[in-house]
Amino acid sequence: MAAHNVPIGPMGRQKYEVEIMSSEAIRNTFGTPETHFLNHEKGWKSWAFTLDHKRIGIMYLIGVTIALILAGVFALVLRTHLWSFDGTGPVKLTNAQYNQMFTLHGAIMVFAFIIPSVPAALGNIVLPMMLGAKDVAFPRMNLASFYLWIAGTGCLLFAILAGHGLDTGWTFYTPYSIETETGVIYATFGAFILGFSSIFTGLNFLVTVNTMRAKGQTWFKLPLFLWSLYATSIIQVLATPVLGITLLMLIAEKTMHIGIFDPKYGGDPVLFQHFFWFYSHPAVYIMILPAMGVISELISVYSQKKIFGYSFIAFSSIAIALLGFLVWGHHMFTSGQSQVVTLIFSAITFTVAIPSAVKVFNWLATLYKGSILLSTPMCFALSFIFLFGIGGLTGLFLGALSTDIHLHDTYFVVAHFHFVMVGGTLTALLGGVFHWWPKIFGRMYNDFLGRVSCFLVFTGFNLTFFPQFVMGARGMPRRYATYDPEFQIFHQYSTIGAFVLGIGIVMAYAVLVYAAFRGPRCGSNPFRAASLEWQSSSPPDFHNFTHKIAMCDPYDYDSQVYDEELDTYVHRELAQPSKPVEAEPQPAAN
Amino acid sequence: MAVADSHDTAHDDHHDHGEFIAHHFDSPEQQFDSGKLGIWIFLVTEVLFFSGLFVAYTLWRNHHPEVFEQAHVFLDKILGGLNTVVLLFSSLTMALAVRSAQLGKNKQCSLYLLITMVCAAMFLGVKAVEYSHKWDMGIFVRSQFDYTGGHDTSGLFGLSPYLIQLCAIPALLLVGCLVAAVIGKLTNKALFGSFMIGMTITVAGFFLGAGSGVVYMSATGGGTGGSHASHVSETQPLMLHAMTASEDEDHDHGEEHAHDDHDHADDHSHEHADGESHEALDGDHHGDAHAMDHGPDPSKFDKDIGTFFSIYYCMTGLHAIHIIGGIIALAWLYWRSLAAHWRPDYFGPVDFVGLYWHLVDLIWIYLFPLLYLIE
Repeated sequence: MAAHNVPIGPMGRQKYEVEIMSSEAIRNTFGTPETHFLNHEKGWKSWAFTLDHKRIGIMYLIGVTIALILAGVFALVLRTHLWSFDGTGPVKLTNAQYNQMFTLHGAIMVFAFIIPSVPAALGNIVLPMMLGAKDVAFPRMNLASFYLWIAGTGCLLFAILAGHGLDTGWTFYTPYSIETETGVIYATFGAFILGFSSIFTGLNFLVTVNTMRAKGQTWFKLPLFLWSLYATSIIQVLATPVLGITLLMLIAEKTMHIGIFDPKYGGDPVLFQHFFWFYSHPAVYIMILPAMGVISELISVYSQKKIFGYSFIAFSSIAIALLGFLVWGHHMFTSGQSQVVTLIFSAITFTVAIPSAVKVFNWLATLYKGSILLSTPMCFALSFIFLFGIGGLTGLFLGALSTDIHLHDTYFVVAHFHFVMVGGTLTALLGGVFHWWPKIFGRMYNDFLGRVSCFLVFTGFNLTFFPQFVMGARGMPRRYATYDPEFQIFHQYSTIGAFVLGIGIVMAYAVLVYAAFRGPRCGSNPFRAASLEWQSSSPPDFHNFTHKIAMCDPYDYDSQVYDEELDTYVHRELAQPSKPVEAEPQPAAN
Repeated sequence: MAVADSHDTAHDDHHDHGEFIAHHFDSPEQQFDSGKLGIWIFLVTEVLFFSGLFVAYTLWRNHHPEVFEQAHVFLDKILGGLNTVVLLFSSLTMALAVRSAQLGKNKQCSLYLLITMVCAAMFLGVKAVEYSHKWDMGIFVRSQFDYTGGHDTSGLFGLSPYLIQLCAIPALLLVGCLVAAVIGKLTNKALFGSFMIGMTITVAGFFLGAGSGVVYMSATGGGTGGSHASHVSETQPLMLHAMTASEDEDHDHGEEHAHDDHDHADDHSHEHADGESHEALDGDHHGDAHAMDHGPDPSKFDKDIGTFFSIYYCMTGLHAIHIIGGIIALAWLYWRSLAAHWRPDYFGPVDFVGLYWHLVDLIWIYLFPLLYLIE
């Protein structure tokens, strides 16, 4: 075709002929291919300058894991410090050091780990494949996002290394953040850059989902993970710029004293809180929505049952994203904002419970009469439902005005958001990583050890944070280096739990890393999942798909038939035509 | 999406077509649509990025309307209006550039882009004059605010040292671009040479803007001559009026003070070379204000005006950064126009940068009345 005569008007996408694959091609696709995205180019440059979403996703995964370990170590240090009530425990921190520890733990966990964890790491790897696309819409922006992540995290770390640390808490509340001599400027600049990294990812995902879907991949055939990533991206794009300008204004306030936030010069410190939470409350949903998406996939696949209430789950993600913008004031019930506003924020906060509950009920309904396989990802998914349930319900206590006055700034709040952030997001991240690991590396992990790690994470987590509900309700304030002796026993449970949790996470990563190099080979679709990414080889080809995609409902598990020769599941239309289809229950032509 | 190879072969066979289509897109339309949606989402983030400042502005104006009424008179409507016209015109040329790119007229496109860049640089030049003039008078952000009404002319050619500093980087750029253009021409790198000539003209636009600003200032008594009498006589009574609004006899004082200021300004214009007398005069001026004041503390009052300028500097500064970013993006387009990259089926980048440029223009369209035209 004379390509330079392409008309300006709409041009149909290229049509691909349906080819009958030779058995060799099938082996290369559904067995283990010889060249794939991990080995088609070699050398560090092929990683550092790659535009491949899968490689960028893996680099993100490594990056956020390092951030998790770093911030986790800070957490263990301060938990060890809290072993005894008067600060004479095994690790003795000064009060200033203690303040720096919890600040750095919070700032790195929130900005460098949780926010990019599921979307930028797992989402990057999976999203284009689920759409049937070759890559995200803007691969260079994708890589830029990763390097911005490195730069931003570097700035956060520089705040530590510059000698003064950071002691404002991750919220940088004025006026203290203006007065303190610790590295607020470096840290806020780091968070500013990380914000751009997050915007780039969100923008990329929004455009990719809108314009890069394969032919026949309609909105309501998208796996629910994509709906939740889409909702997340909306938040990232709409909320993060506000954080950006807020942090810039904070930097200007700190360097030049422009008098917008600083009461000394007539500024309004509560305005900073409004700006900050206008981003940071939606950011909570940046953290939890993708996790919910992962859980929707896991619950359905490991129950081998069509997800219950697809459209309700899809729209509840969007509803959470939109409602999430209207509730920031519930972080400020005690800040002196007007009573009317407080009341409205409280009321809207309760409405967020509705879409959240819709999701949980739908997951439970999916489990009902499913053929549940308690493999590692499913164990993580079930822990998620339990822990997120507690985290979500205790949020209602805090959204209620009168109880919040009592519980504000106590360990109850700490326990609540850790149940959502760690019990929710971290658990879902681990579950998702276990689920897609065989897809990424083409090798299977040790399921028994995986389940043991899940058990340790679950037990350790509950041991850490459940006592914090109790002491919070009894009045133990957060962010204190020393405390009344009556709380010591709870702190000690909590400290023991933190170490168990740490061991569990390390074990999970050990199992995964071992599997990536030494695990037994597995076929393209060992779990009989039906979403498109499982139609590619494991590991996938650089272009993701080397064959025509068989478009199907992502939760129609009957479409996947077992191929004995390949020891994996293959879509019915792609199964070797000469071979008789296995005796699977055949639904009427759908 | 499907057999990937079909694309790669297409690349090889029709190189001039596939050149600018990234491997992961199926068609030019898909690539264009993605870019278009991407730039629109980006513009949304830009609007939200400015939103924080607009909220701060709204709150302050709501809580302290009097500060805004008194402070805005320090902003020169004519210079602001000039910048508005310049930016609007640049938006027109940008739109024309998009049109010529759509038609594949690369030469025409590069000309329009050049005009757009020159306008952008002119805007910055005028802004530099405005900023330096305010800094001369001690109008800084809230904590540094120390209105003296002075005008420092100790720089080269009797210009403000602040203005000289602001012009330093553009001057270096001008020389650099010129040298690069000459080198490009000498070494027969035609594309590089023409690009650098364009960049030289662009940077010269900055000095065109700054020059017109300075000429205007001196014509109205505010510029190189060192006097800003018209300014002060215009503004000072207003300030005073508000300061002493609760007083019955404020009228007299107001006039008296305005008179003082006239004197002060005149003195100043006579003795502008003499730094010390400048200081002394300022001291007097403040002393006067204190002595005659019965209402609110004038020093505190001045400081509150500083908050207006905090917001002013944040908003216009952020906007100026966006202008600079826009010039960089336009320069990239200019290069590609000179290299004749645009064709009827590939003009996306011009379109996208054009949208960005219109947004930058639009933000100024909001900033100008909000800051300059307060009544």
